[in-house]
Amino acid sequence: MIRFIAKRLGSGLVVLLVVSALTFFLLYMSSGSIARNILGDQATAEQVAMKEHELGLDQPLLTRYFAWVADALSGNLGASWFSSEPVANSLATRIPVTMTMVLAAMILIAICAALIGVIAAVKRGWVDRVVQVGAIVGDSVPGFVIGVILVTILAIQLGLFPATSTISPDSGADAWVYSMSLPVIALLINGVTGGAQQIRSAVIKQLERDYVRTLRSRGIGEREILFKHVLRSAAPAGLTVLSLQLIGMLGGVVIIEQIFALPGMGPLAVAATGQSDLPVVMGVVMYTVVVVIVVNLLVDILNGWLNPKVRVS
Amino acid sequence: MNNSSEEAAATAAAAAPATAIPAGQSGTVVRSTVIRRLFKNPLGIVAMTILLAVSLLAVLAPVLAPFDQNYANIAKTLAAPDSVNILGTDSAGRDVFSRLLYGAQLTLLSALLCAGVAIAIGLPAGLIAGYYAGKFEAASNWVVGILMSLPGLIVLLTIRAAFGPSVWMSMIAFGILISPSYFRLTRTAVQSVRNELYVDAARVSGLSDLSIIARHIFSVVRAPIIIQTAAIAGVAIAIQSGLEFLGLGDPTKSTWGVMLSEGFKNVYLNPTLLFWPALAMALTIGGLVLLGNAIRDALEDGEKIKPRRTKAPVTVPVAGRAAAPAARPSRKSVAAVDPGTEHHLVKVTNLGVGYPQADGSIKKVVDDVSFHVDRGEILGIVGESGSGKSQTAFSILGLLPDNARIVAGSIQFDGSYTVAPGEEHVSQERLSKLRGRRISYIPQEPMSNLDPAFTIGNQLVTPMVRVLGISKAEARKRALKLLTDVGIVSPERTFNAYPHEVSGGMAQRVLIAGAISCEPDLVIADEPTTALDVTVQADVLDLLRELQQRLNIGVILVTHNFGVVADLCDRVAVMQNGRLVEEGSVRDILRNPQEPYTQTLLASMLEGKEPMSMLVSTGQKEPVA
Repeated sequence: MIRFIAKRLGSGLVVLLVVSALTFFLLYMSSGSIARNILGDQATAEQVAMKEHELGLDQPLLTRYFAWVADALSGNLGASWFSSEPVANSLATRIPVTMTMVLAAMILIAICAALIGVIAAVKRGWVDRVVQVGAIVGDSVPGFVIGVILVTILAIQLGLFPATSTISPDSGADAWVYSMSLPVIALLINGVTGGAQQIRSAVIKQLERDYVRTLRSRGIGEREILFKHVLRSAAPAGLTVLSLQLIGMLGGVVIIEQIFALPGMGPLAVAATGQSDLPVVMGVVMYTVVVVIVVNLLVDILNGWLNPKVRVS
Repeated sequence: MNNSSEEAAATAAAAAPATAIPAGQSGTVVRSTVIRRLFKNPLGIVAMTILLAVSLLAVLAPVLAPFDQNYANIAKTLAAPDSVNILGTDSAGRDVFSRLLYGAQLTLLSALLCAGVAIAIGLPAGLIAGYYAGKFEAASNWVVGILMSLPGLIVLLTIRAAFGPSVWMSMIAFGILISPSYFRLTRTAVQSVRNELYVDAARVSGLSDLSIIARHIFSVVRAPIIIQTAAIAGVAIAIQSGLEFLGLGDPTKSTWGVMLSEGFKNVYLNPTLLFWPALAMALTIGGLVLLGNAIRDALEDGEKIKPRRTKAPVTVPVAGRAAAPAARPSRKSVAAVDPGTEHHLVKVTNLGVGYPQADGSIKKVVDDVSFHVDRGEILGIVGESGSGKSQTAFSILGLLPDNARIVAGSIQFDGSYTVAPGEEHVSQERLSKLRGRRISYIPQEPMSNLDPAFTIGNQLVTPMVRVLGISKAEARKRALKLLTDVGIVSPERTFNAYPHEVSGGMAQRVLIAGAISCEPDLVIADEPTTALDVTVQADVLDLLRELQQRLNIGVILVTHNFGVVADLCDRVAVMQNGRLVEEGSVRDILRNPQEPYTQTLLASMLEGKEPMSMLVSTGQKEPVA
């Protein structure tokens, strides 16, 4: 098991390195005159040259990439070209806001989607039809549109929730939960509809397996077959579904935070993108890739634990 | 090893529904029936109407739109709908209707671009990886792994930071990012047909690789690609709009995302500005989602109906059974069996099993079947695939699929009904007390009938603990004894092994051990040797006979193989197309078969130079509707 984890961790690091290199070259090669962009049209050629030197842009690209990697390894991701705030600091203050939301939404999605999906698969009937229709509706309306609709109706028209959620955890747990509930709901609706439908198909696929019939023929009760055998076999598929949802949510949360004016990764990423603030963009990409790698590693470990075949090979 | 390749094949079938379309059929025939089915599906028609309407509006935008997308009338901002601006104006005094139409144009074009790029990359890469495998496949799998693990919006933000605001740039990038979905689909589809006979035949007949791919494999991946494209176009529209909504799009272009963002900024002043772009998005993406579903349904319907059609030609209109429920006895009091038949271990009387069809009729797969089995007796049920023999066996076990109906007859076990006359379903209440305890089952395919996640020991011990109520330690002792009884040399090792660690023959012995573990009165064996090597087959048959004689149990042996019948059975029932054509002692039937069908069956195995050739070819698992 340890070797298995080490192997996965190693390949995760390779992915991290490859993505960082690709992003770095993509960003710095195609951004045109970065210094002029920062200084504005009024700047003289001399000023631009000085700025370029200051930012190290006169060095060869490869040298700059290795310098960036060396700095990154020591925890220094550079500083914003516009606010001069160290990228690592911005990330440290914003990641907790975003990740709390993402994790809260994910936990709720996992519970709701698994519950609804399993019930739909086992009971069929109207629950199943609701899940099918819900999946189509959920697929049809993008998450941020749902967010906009929720704010407009629940917060602005009915005044049930605050429209913006800039309250920090210091101002009391219930106030915080109250202000965070709408963004979390906006995040999780698509996840629940899509997840429930996929978990439903995964469970149905397992229920139709031959060994389930054989277990029935051996006199094992339906409940034991479902909880001990079917759900266990369907779990890897369910985990994959949920991990893909979490990865997708890292993008979706950017827009949701923008809608609700939350001080998370979203506004940072959007502002940096708009200004081509490349060190910050690099930082955002790195944070995303690290989260993705960690999630995939956790899924692999859980799958290895659930499925003896993975463990052996 | 065997198991993993099976799983791969199963995934292939799931990933590419069209692979199930018989290879021999020409592509055009399949397509025309799918399209006909698509036009019969109301949701499919709704989806196509919506998409057609949106496309028409988009194409005709320059003609239909009363204003240019950026024409701003500053004197008339946030106006309510009137005769000039039929949907009102936004905060800059631009016409909402015109912007909506131009937005449709850009949105659809960008979705097409994205799908086009994804197909242009994913399809050839998938074809190459699937057809030639090797290093290219390994390398592309690695790239796919990375691409799939990146959240789309974050990548698009990076692209925006690098290349500036361009709808086309971001859609090309997203097309690259999402190309793995085509890659995977094509690769799995190609892999599953690569080694099919017809491709081999084409190769032998001297066709080049390219024309093989063009001719055969494209017809297989075509339908899944259309489904995938509908889904991807929807995702592309959503993510593109999201980017525009964030204000990172091209400010000179009108898009639904920009309109939504503009509406959201003025949500306190005029929330209806939100309504139109949101509706346009939901309708368009919804139309794509529905279209994808409708095509999938059209393809799957074709698959589902085919196996049924071959099963039994008998179709009974539902009306024929309309009177039956009235005559049905109440649930509580199960009628007593006919006097004089109590001593039979199992008695099946005029049994009919059917599956309801979409058009309301019931397709019968078992029709008017009667036989009985006594203790210490082996009854063989013989017939080719689709003759209804397995369905009959599952009716006795009460393990028919959920949609199956008992349309006629009764089944009694040891003097009481498990299916009383007039009942539509097998009573699970009654059978759950019998299954495992008194009736047990030996399946056909050993590997798929063991749960891969549990050790063999666990799967032997649990039923004994549940059914016999003995302790785990006691059950373990018995399980080891049983494993020795069924001829396993190292019972301890097998007990602790997972199913994938033992051979097929060993797994079948384990399943036989499981079937007799709770000392049943009746064992139903469904083609217990079909999936095994010839040498192992003989061993397993010997084992079955030895156990049956020692325990004096009744056995129903379902098989397509008269050799097995001659070897093992006391009596035999011959089934064809859901009906019982002949029944009698093995000696009589083998010596003097009355029915032409039985004669054909016997001739095919006794006189042919290659025994069983005709029947073995149809020996695959019966499709369970």
